[in-house]
Amino acid sequence: MSFPLLTATAALPAIGAVATAAVPAARRTAAKWLALAFSLGTLVLAGIALARFEPGGSRYQLTESHAWIKDFGVRYELGVDGIGLALMALTALLIPFVILAGWHDADPLETNSSRWRPTQGFFALILMVEAMVVLSFVATDVFLFYILFEAMLIPMYFLIGGFGDRAHSGSDENAAAQRSYAAVKFLLYNLVGGLIMLAAVIGLYVVAGTFSLSEIAAARADGSLTMATSTERWLFLGFFFAFAVKAPLWPLHTWLPNAMGEATTPVAVLITAVVDKVGTFAMLRFCLQLFPEASKWATPVVLVLALISIIYGALLAVGQRDIKRLIAYASISHFGFIILGIFAMTSQGQSGATLYMVNHGISTAALMLVAGFLITRRGSRLIADYGGVQKVAPVLAGTFLIGGLATLSLPGLAPFVSEFLVLVGAFAAYPAVGIIATTGIVLAAIYVLVLYQRTMTGPVKAEVQGMADLKVRELVVVVPLIALLIFLGVYPKPLTEIVNPAVQHTMSDVQKKDPQPEVEAAK
Amino acid sequence: MENLIALLVAAPLLGAVVLLCGGRRLDRVGHWLGTALAGASFVVAVVLFTDMLGRSADDRALHQKLFSWIPVEGFQADVAFQLDQLSMTFVLLITSVGTLIHIYSIGYMEHDERRRRFFGYLNLFVAAMLILVIADNYLLLYVGWEGVGLASYLLIGFWQHKPSAATAAKKAFLVNRVGDMGLSIAIMLMFTTFGTFAFGPVLEATGETSEGKLTAIGLMLLLAACGKSAQVPLQSWLGDAMEGPTPVSALIHAATMVTAGVYLIVRSGAIFNGAPDAQLVVVVVGAVTLLFGAIVGCAKDDIKKALAGSTMSQIGYMILAAGLGPIGYVFAIMHLVTHGFFKAGLFLGAGSVMHGMNDEVDMRRYGGLRKYMPVTFVTFGLGYLAIIGFPGLSGFFSKDKIIEAAFAKGGTEGWILGAVTLLGAAITAFYMTRVMLMTFFGEKRWQPDAEGHDPHPHESPKSMTIPMIVLAFGSVFAGGFFSIGDRFLHWLEPVTGHSHGDAPVSATTVTAATMVVLVIGVAVAWVMYGRKAVPAVAPRGSLLTRAARRDLLQDDFNHVVLVRGGEHLTRSLVYVDHSLVDGVVNGTAASMGGLSGRLRKLQNGYARTYAVSMFGGTAVLIAATLLMRAV
Amino acid sequence: MNPVNYLYLAALLFTIGAAGVLIRRNAIVVFMCVELMLNACNLAFVTFSRMHGNLDGQIIAFFTMVVAAAEVVVGLAIIVSLFRSRHSASVDDASLMKL
Repeated sequence: MSFPLLTATAALPAIGAVATAAVPAARRTAAKWLALAFSLGTLVLAGIALARFEPGGSRYQLTESHAWIKDFGVRYELGVDGIGLALMALTALLIPFVILAGWHDADPLETNSSRWRPTQGFFALILMVEAMVVLSFVATDVFLFYILFEAMLIPMYFLIGGFGDRAHSGSDENAAAQRSYAAVKFLLYNLVGGLIMLAAVIGLYVVAGTFSLSEIAAARADGSLTMATSTERWLFLGFFFAFAVKAPLWPLHTWLPNAMGEATTPVAVLITAVVDKVGTFAMLRFCLQLFPEASKWATPVVLVLALISIIYGALLAVGQRDIKRLIAYASISHFGFIILGIFAMTSQGQSGATLYMVNHGISTAALMLVAGFLITRRGSRLIADYGGVQKVAPVLAGTFLIGGLATLSLPGLAPFVSEFLVLVGAFAAYPAVGIIATTGIVLAAIYVLVLYQRTMTGPVKAEVQGMADLKVRELVVVVPLIALLIFLGVYPKPLTEIVNPAVQHTMSDVQKKDPQPEVEAAK
Repeated sequence: MENLIALLVAAPLLGAVVLLCGGRRLDRVGHWLGTALAGASFVVAVVLFTDMLGRSADDRALHQKLFSWIPVEGFQADVAFQLDQLSMTFVLLITSVGTLIHIYSIGYMEHDERRRRFFGYLNLFVAAMLILVIADNYLLLYVGWEGVGLASYLLIGFWQHKPSAATAAKKAFLVNRVGDMGLSIAIMLMFTTFGTFAFGPVLEATGETSEGKLTAIGLMLLLAACGKSAQVPLQSWLGDAMEGPTPVSALIHAATMVTAGVYLIVRSGAIFNGAPDAQLVVVVVGAVTLLFGAIVGCAKDDIKKALAGSTMSQIGYMILAAGLGPIGYVFAIMHLVTHGFFKAGLFLGAGSVMHGMNDEVDMRRYGGLRKYMPVTFVTFGLGYLAIIGFPGLSGFFSKDKIIEAAFAKGGTEGWILGAVTLLGAAITAFYMTRVMLMTFFGEKRWQPDAEGHDPHPHESPKSMTIPMIVLAFGSVFAGGFFSIGDRFLHWLEPVTGHSHGDAPVSATTVTAATMVVLVIGVAVAWVMYGRKAVPAVAPRGSLLTRAARRDLLQDDFNHVVLVRGGEHLTRSLVYVDHSLVDGVVNGTAASMGGLSGRLRKLQNGYARTYAVSMFGGTAVLIAATLLMRAV
Repeated sequence: MNPVNYLYLAALLFTIGAAGVLIRRNAIVVFMCVELMLNACNLAFVTFSRMHGNLDGQIIAFFTMVVAAAEVVVGLAIIVSLFRSRHSASVDDASLMKL
């Protein structure tokens, strides 16, 4: 038996979480470095997984399988396809930056308390989330996935509710109330989704007799497992609801702006760039693979909801006064694109959606973290409190602009590749949908440029005067992300290579073929 | 030779990266580095050009594939370049005018502390523009297309501390994005129709699809062209774009970027040839913009905005010519090149005037400047003669051909288009004479500025005048050089194709008519602005004048309908999201809370109440059991 | 005599006991009423034993008596300690289980 690489990749941050939490209160800095070291170690393991993965090989690779709860046929079963691998790599990549960006976000305000250890807790929770997210990307057992899907809510709840953004308006109690409102809202929305999914998971077990993804898929393929149409639809809806809450899809989105607004910026990045990806990833892996017929049945409704998300999210982003909420609504718009790509059910759409998940993670992390640095300096999240920043802090303004341009999918930066693929994929299958979604690119330009104009240009405001430019730690966070955005925008081939075969498998699962170009079809 | 093509782009791109990431250490050499790399690109272009001339007409296209960009099942996008005669023409124009304007900027931006960054942006622009014209597929063209949009955004908003500049930059980008939407839809249509979006396969296969598809693609391409080339109805950004430094206006908003729409239409000629309806729309857009820009140009007192109106109008000519089909493609490009020279020269002249006049842009505050700025006066004057189509100068040849081609369209359309182009020529003569008279002739009208400094008009430094002189040479001789022996026609014909059409009037008649309207335009302008003194404060003017000053109210329409409407929409949506979408969920939660509050009252802690419920429950159970028995 | 009459008596006693439990406030009285209900049940069991001619009912009656005795011991102890701490034997005063 070979080395359990995937288990190790998930276990390392979990061990790191325990180790970080155990660091004594006074050794705060040591805890930070320890957390960073563990996250970097995870990145190395993820890199090894990337290197060992063979794009042309079998569908799930690096597999592990152990009996867990024998009575219910629950197994500890892991394996990655290209999609899971790409997202696992994204998670492992982003966490070190999240930790670095949040270096001072959890320092206790009064230093005399010797027993209170918020810093250790903050970084331990981040590592805990990483462990669970990584494991959920590689779990091929439905029950195991469900448990992780729910369990990651616990550390996230504490991260949102326990460590708020210090740049808030109004009194501390008021801010604490809003923060706990946001945390509870996050928890309730996701718990309701999870509860419905639990019912569907049990239903699936009753129908299929196993939780193993590969067994169910094989049984469906050779015809030994058939589902009644209505059963399949109900089960699909149960799964889809949970993922749509997590993703989030309109009209289940309202928890996201609250959660992202109130949380510290690294946690906001964690939510939108990493945790929410589990939702869209699960749509691609579980909804489409387990319930292909029901997925096709639901496609028109899902596409309409995705379109509404795209346009509605963008319009609301235009109307926001708070920088972080603006980015949150922009993310809702982007998640609309991802879901659009998944349910367009064309190769381009699904490859695009997978790339989109990765690229959106990187671009939002870049934009949000720079926004966080800006907010920390001025102590306000309101756009109106800024003006003329580019004059005093040109590097900060420049990186903010690049993050913004990535968000509006400028060609040459990574998100363009994925967004265009999604649009082409949607257009090939449903031209009208593709055209409506294209208006999203205009709206994206509006909210990004208006944000940039109001915060960075114009006369220098008195409060902004003397604002420091990016420091070394902050540059270390931002520069690699931007470099990656440019690299993946110019040369996305390494990513498409591992994603393409997985997408072909999914396409054959749903038994869909790409529409033929008109000219070739005529021949 | 093919391997040199990538070098064209690589040089300015390297400059952009080094200058923008280099930091303050490069402040002292940045402008020289930027200029040198733009120049290097020009040298490469010349080498490629001489090589191309050495080959036979059918064998001139070069092709270089760098790498596979987005390989996805059924979707292949490559980073690959194609250099044929059409691309070569643009490459030469971009690199030559680009290099000249780099040189000019060394002097013009001398006192700006962010000059290094300015040159970085300029280099970025040149690189993006070159990608646009040498891409071998529409998706890579799209990269250049948005790249020049970005560079234009950065350069218009270069003086970001001015809110008006930041707003103008944003506006330019947003309006262009609407056009970009057209380009992306066109690419998607190509993909679903042809399975590819590379120039070669798409343009060869146009015969195999329906006219409806081609019309749709054509209209979407036109939308893109309208955005980039400031054609009605997406023209509103160009006037505001004059907020940028003048070299930017000369390079981007006169000579190169704004002509990208013409390139797109000519490049996609095969598509438009198969879609007469789309061609008709192109012609109409060109004709409307031609008059629109000219009328706006007549009313502006800001020298740069008057020139911007003129640019719009001249590009209208090119779009019109491109819409005529094979009769007009070559002439559209020829006018584009000559226009590139004389309009860049005019803008640089305007920049030189502003440089000497404490950045004053109001022509009513100029007057009599010919004595103070002889070189600027002469070069600007030559550009002026070229644009109005003075016999023998560049504009005469290129514009005349377009007017001829418009008549040659045939039928009523031909007559209408011919009349419109002639009318446009008359108005061009009028507003350019107006600019000339108000700036360089008459009495001096300048006044001390707010701080009491009297402007001291003076000639600009050598670094600025030399590019102006070179461009003036181009304005004078390019047209004649191209036209003698139909050189330009033979050069481009293998790529664009050419047909003569059936002209209802002879070429001589057209030339004569052009001369007549030219004289009328100049004479009217002289009567209004040359014979009597120009008032230093603009008179109220007629209704049309006032409307033209406000860009024929199109901006006001945009503001009321799009900006205000959009604001109301987003504001009400924010409200809806908070109260309705969130409200439904919160309402569910609240009603749950209310219900549980009521249920909680049952748990009052009195043992007897619990006993009652136990008895009651037991009684109900027994009753139910008995009832079931009975049934 | 008809054994059914004993059942009527048992039902009557049970009802009196139940009503007492629900209505009276004094813990001692409530307690006595519970005893009344238990004994009503005993009476019913014995009657049924007689009617059906087997001993099951009588055995259960003995069980009930033992349980009732145990309950008296615990219950009275609770009531006494309650009275000591609160100087009242009213059941309504002991509503500590309320949220």
